[in-house]
Amino acid sequence: MSQISSAQPLPLKRSWFLRQRYLLLRRGTQFSFLGLFLIGPWYGYWVLKGNLASSIFLDSFAFTDPYIYLQSIVGGHDMGRVATIGALTILVFYLVVGGRAYCSWVCPINVVSDAAFWLRTTLGLSHSWQPKKNIRLWLLMMTLIVSVMTSSIAWEVVNPITMLQRGLVFGMGVAWAIVLAVFLFDLLVSRRGWCSHICPVGAFYGLLGKASLVRVSAINRQACTDCGDCFRVCPEPHVITDPLLGEEKGIQPLILSGDCTNCGRCIDVCEDEVFHFATRFERHLRKTKGG
Amino acid sequence: MSGDSSNIDRRQFLGRCVQAAGSVSIIGLLLGTYSEQSKALPAWAIRPPGAIDEEDFLGACVRCGLCVRDCPYDTLSLAEFGDEVATGTPYFIARDIPCEMCEDIPCAVACPTDALSKELTDIADADMGLAVFTGMDTCYSTTGVAHCRACYLACPIKDEAITMERTESNGRWYFEPTVHSEKCTGCGKCEKDCVTKEASIKVLPRDLARHDRATV
Repeated sequence: MSQISSAQPLPLKRSWFLRQRYLLLRRGTQFSFLGLFLIGPWYGYWVLKGNLASSIFLDSFAFTDPYIYLQSIVGGHDMGRVATIGALTILVFYLVVGGRAYCSWVCPINVVSDAAFWLRTTLGLSHSWQPKKNIRLWLLMMTLIVSVMTSSIAWEVVNPITMLQRGLVFGMGVAWAIVLAVFLFDLLVSRRGWCSHICPVGAFYGLLGKASLVRVSAINRQACTDCGDCFRVCPEPHVITDPLLGEEKGIQPLILSGDCTNCGRCIDVCEDEVFHFATRFERHLRKTKGG
Repeated sequence: MSGDSSNIDRRQFLGRCVQAAGSVSIIGLLLGTYSEQSKALPAWAIRPPGAIDEEDFLGACVRCGLCVRDCPYDTLSLAEFGDEVATGTPYFIARDIPCEMCEDIPCAVACPTDALSKELTDIADADMGLAVFTGMDTCYSTTGVAHCRACYLACPIKDEAITMERTESNGRWYFEPTVHSEKCTGCGKCEKDCVTKEASIKVLPRDLARHDRATV
């Protein structure tokens, strides 16, 4: 990996801002979401009340996490009308913006696991245990079975995402221990282990992503110089392979895998501007723009 | 990656599946056990008004905290990870801040999942817990230290949920705080106002105090 980067010191054609724009936007969005939940308890302006599990926007629109909703339903509880509307709203929202856009644009654990990944790369820690890609789907199924058997919302007992977010908005307790565990797991045990292999919340949103509208496309793939930058930054590099390199096999350039988090980091780092956001219906290639 | 899996034979493939299923089952068992264990509600933790039966409550409450936010008296808190109460679920401690029994029941209205039931429309019908007189030997009134009736005065269901009953024991007359379980809502104002160092009257979760009244 590191060999490739040192072998090709390409001159950077684009400004620093262009090379970081989606990363900056994502961090902005992640912290804004937290901020919107926090200005209520801190300053008394209630924009978003509640937390990621369920919330009320401006005292009028309800949002409910559809995965938590699903666990409650299979656990045998009739959710109220408000939660049902809220869960449908969020479901439709992520069917539009991309299922795992939740992971990269909203989830606060993403900041933790990105930090662990950055530190792991900086320290040059290469040893990593890689659990199977589909283990998170098994875990997702498991949480639903446990919910049925214990008639509870099984994953919420340990879910680091809601632990952290609820902790920040309502009071942390020792929830930082779970967050630290995720950080250490990603840093020392498994490269991008939590978000890309384990987390059943990501697996759930990944299933939505299989049908979602907004997708990243290697729409300009003729311009690709095989530098490998996109593969290095992508949290789910396997999603890039076919759309980017499948020209001869007649594979269209859209990244349709639900695993893609629509983080846009590949768009950031690609000096040849191969990647762009597109809708899942734009299956054509774009004419190369000079470069 | 797809190249890898096409090279392995069926035996290896099944072996890997069994391994994955095995590890996930172990995690599932641990999660299930932990989730069952965290269902225990300590006696000092009282659920908000309208809370459905505890077993169902944990499957219905999404831990969003909207009830906490809409409580005008800061009575409710969300259990933090590490607390004895199931993480993220709402409760109050009567001795700290009791329920003020708002007529419009804002906490139950705020609940998006009906874990706090909308069927509760009259706060006097609330069934958060039951006050139990625990301090026969500490209560100022029963021990004769003073003519105290703080619990009786604090009770919002005046003259119905708590009465001071004139009682005789060993030839001594005194007034004993007496809870009438069919009227008591479990708001905890009596426990809050009790003047003894440790409250002589305490609210307990309903199914702990009177199991026959809990819907099991």
